Amino acid sequence: MQGNTACAEGALAAGCRFFGGYPITPSTEIAETMARRLPKAGGVFISMEDELASIAAVIGAAWTGARAMTATSGPGFSLMMENIGYAAMTETPCVVVNVQRGGPSTGQPTRAAQGDMFQCRFGSHGDYSTIALTPNSVQEMFDLTVKAFDLADRFRVPTFLMADEIVGHMRERVTIPDSVEATSPRPLAEGSLPFEANENGIPGFAPFGSGRAVHVTGLTHDERGYPDTTDPEAHDRLVRRLVTKIESARRAIADYEVMNPDAETVFVTYGAPSRTVEQVIHDRPGDSIGHLRLRVVWPFPEFALKEFPNAKVFLMPELNLGQMVREVQRHVDQPVVAIPKIGGELHTPAELVSALEEHR
Amino acid sequence: MSASEWFREDRLPHIYCTGCGNGTVINCTLAAVEEMGWKRDETVFVSGIGCSSRAPGYILTDSLHTTHGRALAFATGVKMARPEFNVVVFTGDGDLAAIGGNHFIHACRRNVDMTVVCMNNQIYGMTGGQGSPTTPPGAISTTTPYGASEPAFDLAELAVAAGANYVARWTSYHVKELTKAVTTGMQTPGLAFVEVRTQCPTNYGRHNKLRTVPAMIEHIRSHAMLVEKYNRLTAEGKPIPEGTFTVGELVRRSRPAMGVRR
Repeated sequence: MQGNTACAEGALAAGCRFFGGYPITPSTEIAETMARRLPKAGGVFISMEDELASIAAVIGAAWTGARAMTATSGPGFSLMMENIGYAAMTETPCVVVNVQRGGPSTGQPTRAAQGDMFQCRFGSHGDYSTIALTPNSVQEMFDLTVKAFDLADRFRVPTFLMADEIVGHMRERVTIPDSVEATSPRPLAEGSLPFEANENGIPGFAPFGSGRAVHVTGLTHDERGYPDTTDPEAHDRLVRRLVTKIESARRAIADYEVMNPDAETVFVTYGAPSRTVEQVIHDRPGDSIGHLRLRVVWPFPEFALKEFPNAKVFLMPELNLGQMVREVQRHVDQPVVAIPKIGGELHTPAELVSALEEHR
Repeated sequence: MSASEWFREDRLPHIYCTGCGNGTVINCTLAAVEEMGWKRDETVFVSGIGCSSRAPGYILTDSLHTTHGRALAFATGVKMARPEFNVVVFTGDGDLAAIGGNHFIHACRRNVDMTVVCMNNQIYGMTGGQGSPTTPPGAISTTTPYGASEPAFDLAELAVAAGANYVARWTSYHVKELTKAVTTGMQTPGLAFVEVRTQCPTNYGRHNKLRTVPAMIEHIRSHAMLVEKYNRLTAEGKPIPEGTFTVGELVRRSRPAMGVRR
């Protein structure tokens, strides 16, 4: 199965019943699969007029209690930034898939990149935090899509599946379970206000039609959901909570793989470049090479770097000119070496071996 | 039920300026809701950004106050996901015709079953009176200090051309006609678009020699012409006074609609 198809199947298995989208290479197969499958599953597929509208429709559907998703690539992701901020501010659970391609601008529509890793963290204006997952296989296109819906619901936050053209278009064997367990947002308790946080900093959810007359606004609002745009404390309380509810749950959200924790030279990867690192480790059985592979990059699990107590150097192959490497650099004392590659192709094993030999 | 039961009293006082027409439009819309007998927990108000778009925040239902121009796209998601909801969108001329123009024409084309009420005050009121796509040529605003030089959009005609099943235009003076039009729009499957020419004495009238509320309302009323009369005069080749706009029902039809309650 193709990665993009597996993503759509994962969404369906997770109970996604609304997809609003706009065609864009290399993500289009997700929309095509949803267009074919959703109506038969009792869901709604709608092709919107642009990506601004796609994410808007998804947020609207999410407030009716539906699990809702859209899928896009760089240029569409840029357009979505406005309403991603709205979803963060209004604590709307929804999933956005970005099958990354070469940028900036129209760039390389059919080529892979990981150039949007900061955009998914900081792309909309103001302070907020979100969750971003990074699949490296067709199986993970399925599994992490399911997981993205659960995280979105648990934390009431827009959650990103940051794929790339390689995992989106590669074909691999995939195991699809008969059913997957889905969480749902904690309902709004009687007597609680619609934006009053529980002990985890996350409010209960009362989707439209619950009889709770919830007012949802992108303006700074109080616990009732009412605009309160001039009180510094109201803004501080709300925005600090939006960030803290995610950042304080870093360990609960974290998902990573550790290989050879005793190694002195450690690759840190996410997404497709991890496949080349796995090849290099496979090809050099006697060599002690560490590998930290992140399946969740945001919120960044800095404690995962401590899994390598002997590390003398961290090597970071990325399909960009060095993005997540900055995040690693700020958490460790050892040298962190970027191995950037752009243009659309994966690092070859030989390229990583040469970096390994140069820096160890 | 009475319309007053639909207000969030704990949100009062509202932000509207003295003499603003938006309250009249909200009142007429809620009177239409009452006429329809809709239930509060099955009704969702959606809006974008601007003075008009603050309206849902004063209504005691689920409501989605969204981003600038995007209300119709959000409302499309709500209505398509839950067709049993009654969806009403409040918007303004800047929200709908400028930044939201593309969403407007596509919502009309899709003919999603909802009611869109546009408070067209021909100005960006919230930001202090800048020229909008419906500011009439020659009108003074803070960004058209020498008179607006661009032609204005006719929003109702745009909705007709784009495919909405019901299109009407009235003014904040014509409260009975407006209430009836909104009610008819709510009864019509598909997208109902009701444009309301309304007064902004603070940020439009002040710059255009229409300083008092009665002067502004009279200005709007006196430039409104029933569409039937307009069509007759046009057919007879008679002159139409400058600044005239049509009021009445511009279209009522039954093109295929989306998101209709099953």
